[in-house]
Amino acid sequence: MWLSRPFNERSTRLFLLILVLAVTLVTILHLALPPENPLYVSGYTVGLLGKYLCYALLAVAVDLVWGYLGILSLGHGAFFALGGYAMGMYLMRQIGDRGTYGDPVLPDFMVFLNWESLPWYWHGFDMAWFAFLMVLLAPGALALVFGYLAFRSRVTGVYLSIITQAMTFALMLAFFRNEMGFGGNNGLTDFYDILGFDLRSGATRLGLFIASGVALALGYVLCRAIVASKLGRVCVASRDAEARTRFLGYRVERVQLFVFVVSAMLAGVAGALYVPQVGIINPSEFEPLFSIEIVVWVALGGRATLYGAVIGAILVNYAKTVFTGVMPDAWLFALGGLFVVSTVLLPKGIAGVLAYRRKQRNESDTTEVPA
Amino acid sequence: MRIPCTLMGQTRCHAAMTRIVNLWLLCLLLIALPFAAMAQDDADDGQALLEALDVRSFQDKAEAIEAIIQSEDERANDWLQALLDGDLQRHKDDGRFVIITDNVGREWPARDALTGEDVGEISRRELSRIDINNALRSQLRSALSMVELYTGERDERLDAAEGLIGDVDDELADSLESRLDDEADADVRNRLNQALAVYRLEQGEMDAVETLSGSLNSDVRIALSRAAEGEGAVADAARAALVDIEQKLKVNRGLETLYFGLSMGSVLVLAAIGLAITFGVMGVINMAHGELIMLGAYSTWMMQQLLPGHPGLAVLLSIPVGFLVSALVGVIIERSVIQHLKGRPLETLLATFGVSLILQQLVRTVVSPLNRTVTTPEWMSGSVAINDALSLTLNRLYIMAFAVLVFVGLILIMRRTRLGLEVRAVTQNRAMARSMGIRATRVDILTFALGSGVAGLAGVALAQLTNVGPNLGQSYIIDSFMVVVFGGVGNLWGTLVAGLSLGVINQILEPWAGAVLAKILVLVFIILFIQKRPRGLFPQKGRAAEG
Repeated sequence: MWLSRPFNERSTRLFLLILVLAVTLVTILHLALPPENPLYVSGYTVGLLGKYLCYALLAVAVDLVWGYLGILSLGHGAFFALGGYAMGMYLMRQIGDRGTYGDPVLPDFMVFLNWESLPWYWHGFDMAWFAFLMVLLAPGALALVFGYLAFRSRVTGVYLSIITQAMTFALMLAFFRNEMGFGGNNGLTDFYDILGFDLRSGATRLGLFIASGVALALGYVLCRAIVASKLGRVCVASRDAEARTRFLGYRVERVQLFVFVVSAMLAGVAGALYVPQVGIINPSEFEPLFSIEIVVWVALGGRATLYGAVIGAILVNYAKTVFTGVMPDAWLFALGGLFVVSTVLLPKGIAGVLAYRRKQRNESDTTEVPA
Repeated sequence: MRIPCTLMGQTRCHAAMTRIVNLWLLCLLLIALPFAAMAQDDADDGQALLEALDVRSFQDKAEAIEAIIQSEDERANDWLQALLDGDLQRHKDDGRFVIITDNVGREWPARDALTGEDVGEISRRELSRIDINNALRSQLRSALSMVELYTGERDERLDAAEGLIGDVDDELADSLESRLDDEADADVRNRLNQALAVYRLEQGEMDAVETLSGSLNSDVRIALSRAAEGEGAVADAARAALVDIEQKLKVNRGLETLYFGLSMGSVLVLAAIGLAITFGVMGVINMAHGELIMLGAYSTWMMQQLLPGHPGLAVLLSIPVGFLVSALVGVIIERSVIQHLKGRPLETLLATFGVSLILQQLVRTVVSPLNRTVTTPEWMSGSVAINDALSLTLNRLYIMAFAVLVFVGLILIMRRTRLGLEVRAVTQNRAMARSMGIRATRVDILTFALGSGVAGLAGVALAQLTNVGPNLGQSYIIDSFMVVVFGGVGNLWGTLVAGLSLGVINQILEPWAGAVLAKILVLVFIILFIQKRPRGLFPQKGRAAEG
């Protein structure tokens, strides 16, 4: 079975092992230890780590298209945000009549804007299954239409990057408008519960953290499976020599479209898990800067390795948390420097450094044996 | 002033009847001023005249104003203007009348209303204003307009005549007619005729419609639409005239949209043309291009800080300074980052984006995170009125001209100079160019400096339109790339056409879609357009296109 193939690889087994251990460890430290213990993991930290895991899944999605397909998408922030909005709409409808204005159907911001009834695209989001389906379908549909148009006309390389960025920018402007019916500037927030669990309780937070870990593991395995399949090899071929692959008879644009849509859906899932953990979704997730930041996580971690993307996402976001707390002004310097350093000095990222080290060790091993 | 006599009460009516004479006297007096040296012993008379204004009833005030007009006092004009502007105030303690010259803050500089002497600053709490109502305002305005008509320069007379349109009543009409005979300037006569025609239209005269048809003045339009509401021949004529005017207005609105579109387009062209060199010709993706624009804008601001009081000189000097600053920073970026990433466009994109973040934060830390404003020099502010409905703002006109100059300059450099030849050679076939003895690295540096410097020029121009802030560049980078890609990479003419047409499209969409939606629609349009024609409006042909 193609889905079982990734488990034959040592790196996948190692990655999954570390991930499972880390999530279990955090859960145990959070539940079993008293708050006074220095090793105790607070509810805040659990939420933060859950956020990192969502970012890691997002980075894996970007690495799938950038690392293996050679498409530098600056629009994954938009897919992430769309997934987030789908989840946000569900959470909004769950508020029911507990909002400030107490309207049983309309969210607060619609009452505030004097809207008479729910816009058509808000219908169905009171049902969890529909909303969760939309988490996949909304980003997927956008990626399908956009990718179909772009790949069919063979828009690739820098051009594709620029128009994906323009798409993100246009969506940001659109979601900032109150008339769009997504809460405008403020976005969607003040959620109460998800699937009946109180979002403010520690247990729900922990549950979401574990869910993020599971989603990351599944997403990783899925991407690994795609990459290891024959399709994955066509991906890499089209990345390295698109014209040649096409001449060999492969329909490159179909492969690109398929992988692009899968990647967008993964980004949507990451967004959907992110929103209940941070408690808000607003148009700033559509900012071009965010989309390009994701790419830098992947670049720093190392392209075309998948685990590198996870390392990069967690490292950069940890650094961001620390930096913005200690010296907020320095963060943009650090981030900007990271862009330059990771591209100029570390073209293969941290994963590349690790691989180099391992190779060196192996070589010294082999040279020692005959001696 | 169109309030019928019966509504005004007996006293006002009486006052109004004497006004024709009064206005006449005032006008004659003001004409005679240079010849007749007025006796200055009437300081007490003046005090009495002004004191009559300081009463509660507006009817009494109206009479006091009449009295002032009638008084033949040479300071009357000054008083009436100050009264109209709300600057005529009375000191609460000593009862002196003063005219405020600047009402900002708590201490107001003022001069004595009677002697004209500067009395220094007075606390606003010690002053009480002589209040007026709308009827008085109208009375004052007509009186002042009449004075202007007799004594003002041509432009002042023109403004005064325009101000009278729609404000003419019985007694004013007579004095206007006699004024019309003396007026030599055709434009002023035209306006006066219109003012009188509006009055005659209200009286139901047919030939007035003929005079008014084709006028774009808004007061004329109001008068015509009022006349069109009725029945009969005059109303029919007025309706026909209105249709005619609407037609003319539509044309003017179209022209205005075109003007705004072209000016917005020329801003886009300025922002994108530097990118057309670095991205289009050299193939280097410089995401820090927006920040180079921002640096140019900051250079303008900096020059104004260095040369306080000379905004015009500062703007002129900031053109070379902005160019050099951005060109220098551009070279630093090229040497430190871009040259190491040759042939890896996606990595170049990321690295230069990082540079843009650093530059933004640098400006935030060194200058300020807040926006700065650049003062527009006097010769750049104001507007040129083409007709009543259409006036073009000067600063946008200058920016259009500047954009054209920069564009022509760049075309000349690329087509006619040695550098342009070498740039084209290097971009078409680097190895071949080098074997012909062209120093490719030097060409890279110079080209990048040129593109970056032009970004700086765009910043200098933008500083005249918007606030200068750390995020200035960010808002233009996506637009700039869109323009270059839309126009066709590597084609300067394409950039020009794309920039201008996107500006115009945006302006056409804006009225019915709103600014934000218009922008979204334009972006979507370009995204779809690129799918259809990936190489832009004017794709490069031949061997160069394959690189």
